[in-house]
Amino acid sequence: MTSQQRQNWLIAVPVIALLLWSVIYPNAAVIAGSFENGLGHWREFLASPADREALRTSIVISVASVFASLAIGVPLAFLLGRFEFPGRRLLRAVATLPAALPPLVGVIAFLFLYGESGVVTRAIQRTFGMAEAPWRLQGVGAIVFVHAYTMYVYVFLFVSAGLERFDATLDEAASGLGANTWQRLRRVTLPLLMPAIAASMLLVFMNALGSFSAPYVFGGGLRVLSTQILASKTNGAMGLAYVETTVLALSAVAGLGLFRWLDRKRKYTLASKGGRARRTIRSRRIQRLTSIFAAIIVVALVLPHLMVVLVSFARDGSWTTQVLPPEYTLENYRRLFSESELWRPIYNSVSMALIATAANLVVCFVAAYLIVFRQFAGRGLLELLVALPWAIPATAIALGLAATFNRNDLATGRILLVGTFWILPLAYFIRDTPLVASAVESSLRQMDASLEDAARGLGASWLMTMRRVILPAARPGLVAGGLLAAVTAVGEFVASVVLYTHSNRPISMEILAQLRALAFGTAAAYSVLLILLVLLMTLAARSFEERLA
Amino acid sequence: MTAAPQAREGVGQGSERGTLALNGVTRRFGEFTAVDNVSVEVAPGELLALVGASGSGKTTTLRVAAGYEIPDSGTVTLGGKDITRVAPERRGFGMVFQHYALFPHMPVEQNVAFGLEARGVNKVDRLIKARAALASVGLEGAGDRAIQSLSGGEQQRVALARALVIEPQALLLDEPLSNLDPTLRQAMRDDLRAMLRRVGVPALFVTHDQEDAFAIADRIALLKRGKLLQSGTPEELYHAPISREVAAFIGRGSIIPAEDKGATAVVTIGGMKRDLNVTRPKGSASHFDNAFVVMRPDALELSRQPGVLAWRGRVVNRRFAGGVVVYRVELADGVIVDVESIAADAHEDDNVSISPLKGPFPLVPG
Repeated sequence: MTSQQRQNWLIAVPVIALLLWSVIYPNAAVIAGSFENGLGHWREFLASPADREALRTSIVISVASVFASLAIGVPLAFLLGRFEFPGRRLLRAVATLPAALPPLVGVIAFLFLYGESGVVTRAIQRTFGMAEAPWRLQGVGAIVFVHAYTMYVYVFLFVSAGLERFDATLDEAASGLGANTWQRLRRVTLPLLMPAIAASMLLVFMNALGSFSAPYVFGGGLRVLSTQILASKTNGAMGLAYVETTVLALSAVAGLGLFRWLDRKRKYTLASKGGRARRTIRSRRIQRLTSIFAAIIVVALVLPHLMVVLVSFARDGSWTTQVLPPEYTLENYRRLFSESELWRPIYNSVSMALIATAANLVVCFVAAYLIVFRQFAGRGLLELLVALPWAIPATAIALGLAATFNRNDLATGRILLVGTFWILPLAYFIRDTPLVASAVESSLRQMDASLEDAARGLGASWLMTMRRVILPAARPGLVAGGLLAAVTAVGEFVASVVLYTHSNRPISMEILAQLRALAFGTAAAYSVLLILLVLLMTLAARSFEERLA
Repeated sequence: MTAAPQAREGVGQGSERGTLALNGVTRRFGEFTAVDNVSVEVAPGELLALVGASGSGKTTTLRVAAGYEIPDSGTVTLGGKDITRVAPERRGFGMVFQHYALFPHMPVEQNVAFGLEARGVNKVDRLIKARAALASVGLEGAGDRAIQSLSGGEQQRVALARALVIEPQALLLDEPLSNLDPTLRQAMRDDLRAMLRRVGVPALFVTHDQEDAFAIADRIALLKRGKLLQSGTPEELYHAPISREVAAFIGRGSIIPAEDKGATAVVTIGGMKRDLNVTRPKGSASHFDNAFVVMRPDALELSRQPGVLAWRGRVVNRRFAGGVVVYRVELADGVIVDVESIAADAHEDDNVSISPLKGPFPLVPG
């Protein structure tokens, strides 16, 4: 073994061991748990109509969410990418806004707007003098509605990026060869955008499958796998919960495999010196219609945010049957900062997010460095380990942790974390590992590998090379990945709902608790605070990056 | 060489071949005038090169001809018919793009057949025609290959086959050779000229490389800052440039101030006067107040002996160019000339004498 190899192993072994212990072990424990009495739990699962329904509904919702997101995201990307019209810049600015809403906050905003006692619903009911609400925000339709709003952003961003990289001369070549607009779209533009579309479809599918907040709040009597798991766990039917978790994870892996397979034929990449210029819409009438349409979308996109802000000033308990909340106050915010029980979740969320992010930065930097620059036997394994949590729904990750770290048993590598503060930072850390690692990896890949050799050749020590060459190269990825991790962690709901305790409850759980107590104003104030935290972290990351760059 | 004749037999949309003409075309982008009142004509079977430095407006001119740009003023006609506002997909022109613009998601054959597909030609016929077109550019049997597996030269041929298979009314080529390596480029010049000739439609191509233009084109239109400086045969541009700018761009040589005497011009260097035979641009003024002669390297003679009537100078650079040696010689008054000589025995820093051959030398206004 050369000294280089020895060094590789010295760094790699702790990282691989940590990931095996935190990622593989809990999931393996879940799978093993599902077989703890032979096939008994599996028979139970297969025999249960509720579970069969949950599996079916989960898949129906995921597929429907994919198509609903496509239906919004693709046309919007074309409209904004290819045409110039009054209001385009405003629409572009707000088009990604839904992604800035933490998952549970988006759901609440929809509840305030379109729920049975929501503003829009009541306004329509009053206007037309209906005896009942015109619709109920419940069931598959409601869940897909919320999913489409929050997840179309993936489709929009991927297709927009594809259009930006799209080589305009290909379109021109096709038209020069006699292809009309429709033929060009069908034979050239869409096939070339297919990789971007497929990648975004996969993202939406995975997110919808693992989604918890929308089914939890709007499900009504509806069962989906993620909520079934929590229900089984709450009822103490751990064996069944293990089976449900395994099925959920397998569905995700199957989806992943399916999309990889659909995209298998691609051998080309879109690389060009920039897309074509946007076309001004010539017809006055169509231009006006486009602008009106754009205005409607802008309102629809901004309304949930405005609604949360508005309700955050509503006096708790005052909003009963009115269209809009009748009384406004600063009381909700004042209480968040003055009452220790209300302040607690904010402190928890911020500190747990910071701890998880710090761990992510250290572990993912080392992992990415090893993956990009070092050749050693365990590299493939390490790559798999950092990417794996992305394919596992958060509910499954959380249940794995709950099943594994529920007692102290050093012989089997178990320590008691359930019920302690540390279980949530660990869950956040696992969820965000793929995010941070891939960001750092892509930064490091842009660095010329010979720079490290050059630095060593010039006499720099290993430490100096790290500090002066590798870390600066990784920095953009560390900042971007760290920001994403912190933002996700501070609003995290799906894993938290499985693992939280009263003392370490994060903001999301407190929002849910306040909603249950019908304290809409307080719940909304927490939501606004969460949005502000996300904004603050984004600004901090940007100014940090600017100062260093 | 099957595609082109076949193309002629299977003519779809009007077989009469017409001259492609741009008449006083102007195209502005905001404040910037990319093409300024340019008129050019290309007869069927003729090859016209649009030549100019980058930013001269040559590509925009080509795009106007193709229909991708609509001129702010002026017209485009084909066989006398105004097609200025006809969309590219209805022009029936074959275009070869600078980076070829081959569809990366289709194999070679589908790329070539695409124009036929757009015209609703059935699958069997379009495959037959696509294969014939591929054969005509020397790519038999390459139909199933992926675009990514082709070399630059092969991609260029596929792009050409794709443009030819639709039986184009005109051929437009944007820097068709610029992406090829130098050796391939030499060979492709001859091939390209032969293939374009065979098709027998007006062919307009853009290049920044005058050697490409010399080798391929029947006529050259030289553009600068959107304006047409001169158009004519390569010989005309080389031997009878109409302005200093044309002389500077086309061919090598030094442009030296002279005193216009009508049929001759007097050049004075270091006090030594020589009266040179000159050719004046067609239809130019009978006298230029500010006149220059163009001294090409092959119109001067170098000698190691001091001649009575020769200009004295010093060799500053010597470049072996096959059969001849090109010397760069610094004369008096800071005048620098390039001289081609079969004599190889002068070296850098040698003193030499330079005398003009009998000419005539192009005379241009300043």
